[in-house]
Amino acid sequence: MMLLTGNETAAYAAKVCRAKVVAAYPITPQTTVVEKIAELIANGEMDAKYIRVESEHSAMAACIAAENSGVRTFTATSAHGLTLMHELLIWASGARLPIVMSVINRAMAPPWSVWTDQQDSMAQRDTGWMQVYAESNQEVMDSIIMAYKVGEREDILLPTMVMEDAFILSHTSEPVDVPTEEEVASYLPDLKLPYKLDPDFPAGFGSLIMPEGPYMEFRYKIAEAMDKARKVIREECEEFEKKFGRHYDGLVEFYRTDDADVNLIMLGTMASTAKEVVDELRSEGKKVGLLRIRYFRPFPYEEIREVAMNSSYIGVCDRSYTFGYGGPIWSEVRSAAYPAKVFVKNYVVGLGGRDITPKVLRKIYEDALTMKEDKEIEWVGLLWDERWR
Amino acid sequence: MRRTTIPEEEYMLPGHSACLGCGGALAMRYLLKGLGKNTIISIPACCWAVIPGVYPSRCLEVPLLYTAFEVTGAAISGIADAMEVLGKDVNVVGFAGDGGTVDIGLQALSGMLERRHNAIYVLYDNEAYMNTGIQRSGATPYGAWTTTTPVGKRRMFKREHKKDIMEIVVAHEIPYAATLNIAYPEDFIKKVKKAKEIKGPKFLHIYAPCPTGWRYPPNKTIEVARLATETLMFPLYEVEEGVYTITKKIKEPKPVKEYLKTQGRFRYLSDEDVQIIQKWVNHRWKKLLLKEKYSRELLEE
Repeated sequence: MMLLTGNETAAYAAKVCRAKVVAAYPITPQTTVVEKIAELIANGEMDAKYIRVESEHSAMAACIAAENSGVRTFTATSAHGLTLMHELLIWASGARLPIVMSVINRAMAPPWSVWTDQQDSMAQRDTGWMQVYAESNQEVMDSIIMAYKVGEREDILLPTMVMEDAFILSHTSEPVDVPTEEEVASYLPDLKLPYKLDPDFPAGFGSLIMPEGPYMEFRYKIAEAMDKARKVIREECEEFEKKFGRHYDGLVEFYRTDDADVNLIMLGTMASTAKEVVDELRSEGKKVGLLRIRYFRPFPYEEIREVAMNSSYIGVCDRSYTFGYGGPIWSEVRSAAYPAKVFVKNYVVGLGGRDITPKVLRKIYEDALTMKEDKEIEWVGLLWDERWR
Repeated sequence: MRRTTIPEEEYMLPGHSACLGCGGALAMRYLLKGLGKNTIISIPACCWAVIPGVYPSRCLEVPLLYTAFEVTGAAISGIADAMEVLGKDVNVVGFAGDGGTVDIGLQALSGMLERRHNAIYVLYDNEAYMNTGIQRSGATPYGAWTTTTPVGKRRMFKREHKKDIMEIVVAHEIPYAATLNIAYPEDFIKKVKKAKEIKGPKFLHIYAPCPTGWRYPPNKTIEVARLATETLMFPLYEVEEGVYTITKKIKEPKPVKEYLKTQGRFRYLSDEDVQIIQKWVNHRWKKLLLKEKYSRELLEE
């Protein structure tokens, strides 16, 4: 057991997973990930090539090229770095490269803000990356190990980003069980790509395809792999538990959802606070529950539909917003909930790192318990709104 | 019978989809003759993203990693380091056009040179965005017509001189940088072979005329390319650890007008415009001679 911040945890995860090429560029609040990796390499504790690139765009480009050469890669970024990578995120999944990246969720400017907010990674929803949001530093470690395991399977071959909330996880120390490289090696074998850059195999990776095909077929294969990943992730959680003794429900975490009339759905660290509130409300006899989404991609629509079918009212907390219509989790949850006849209300909360306190979450539960169906989208805690104080 | 110095092996197969008379196609063919089969090439968006052929066909006998427009320098950084991890000694090559090098890819190129990755960056220069249909780039010379510097009533041809990418690259103090011309294959192959033997970042700037974009008949490519060096529009030289050597000494340079008149893209130029170009060429040649003269002193270190 080590006392580690979320960022140190991500660095140790890259080490125990035996990433051999790391290409990264510093950005607050990700910096301590790349600093820790540099330190581990400098101390001889980690055996990897470290490319100190001149931008995040080049970081992803270098990871793509190295991974395509058959070498396991790792990188980390935040906010503007992640959005600068956007073009190459789509490239990585299109090229079917199981790169793993640590993303520290931070608000996008303007105005400048370094605090947590999920607009950066939500804006990457359609890039073909698997997305997992951690609630604890231990989950950061475990999710990175599992991300390599799932992504590198020949029937998946997709990249994964593992999210931490800025500062709340990235700079907060928690006890973390760090497995040894040997322990991880017995679970995660060396990378074996079916096709890679090799002078003895003179293929073109990414060559021009006419509309007649098979561009569309390649895209279908990605969709198929992403769909298959749902089942694989559920199975891998069981394998992981057998090996490392830690349990994950799968793509989501159910917290007292079974007999709940009102369930809130959310992801990331606000769920820790929400669990406390659920316990408090339960002790007062209120039947409330919480569904924490771990994987936003592939989207756990089956689990959500099941909860929706058994709920009287659902609230979805989004720490980002899709200007024009609602938070991204809310719109996806509503779509997955259909055909359940349940009202799904959107609570937009905690943007730009605004604290999501137990009091705020209690107010949200209380609002949901009224089961009013007059307002679809509620911005929680705006400075001029007295209701949430 | 005299033996040719050009390797007979071919790593570029017939059936590519380049235009007739493409200088870029010859650039790749000679490059691979110099490098051999033990090579991995990364190609960004450029004519050569299309020339190898439509999936699953390909005209090259070496593996190709297609990459985004602006990332050639980063991609070969990644391949080069991955090859070191794997313990493989392979020629890692980036092959990019002028727009992808002097404009949108300049940052990644600079990063790759500064970090001193063991790779060869090749710029095949056809002096405009040719794959997208002849738009001006930073490498387009003064006076050239392109589709974004069109010539109408207001004579809008390009008013800025060509960006000196060689000097930008040399400023990174890399072990080897050279200019190459498809009209001089012996000099070309010699420089490729030299680059191949040197560890660290190398840069090859290849002059690759484009009949489609420069508006001349496809059978004139070699003639146009040769004139570029004979008029000193594109002098041939190399820079090894900061020491300049002019590899093609032109005793009596021809006037630039002889080069300019071979191409439709320069047809609108007045005598005054031609003089502006001649003056620029004279000035640069003088600078190059001085660089050669004074950088020789570095050898005494």
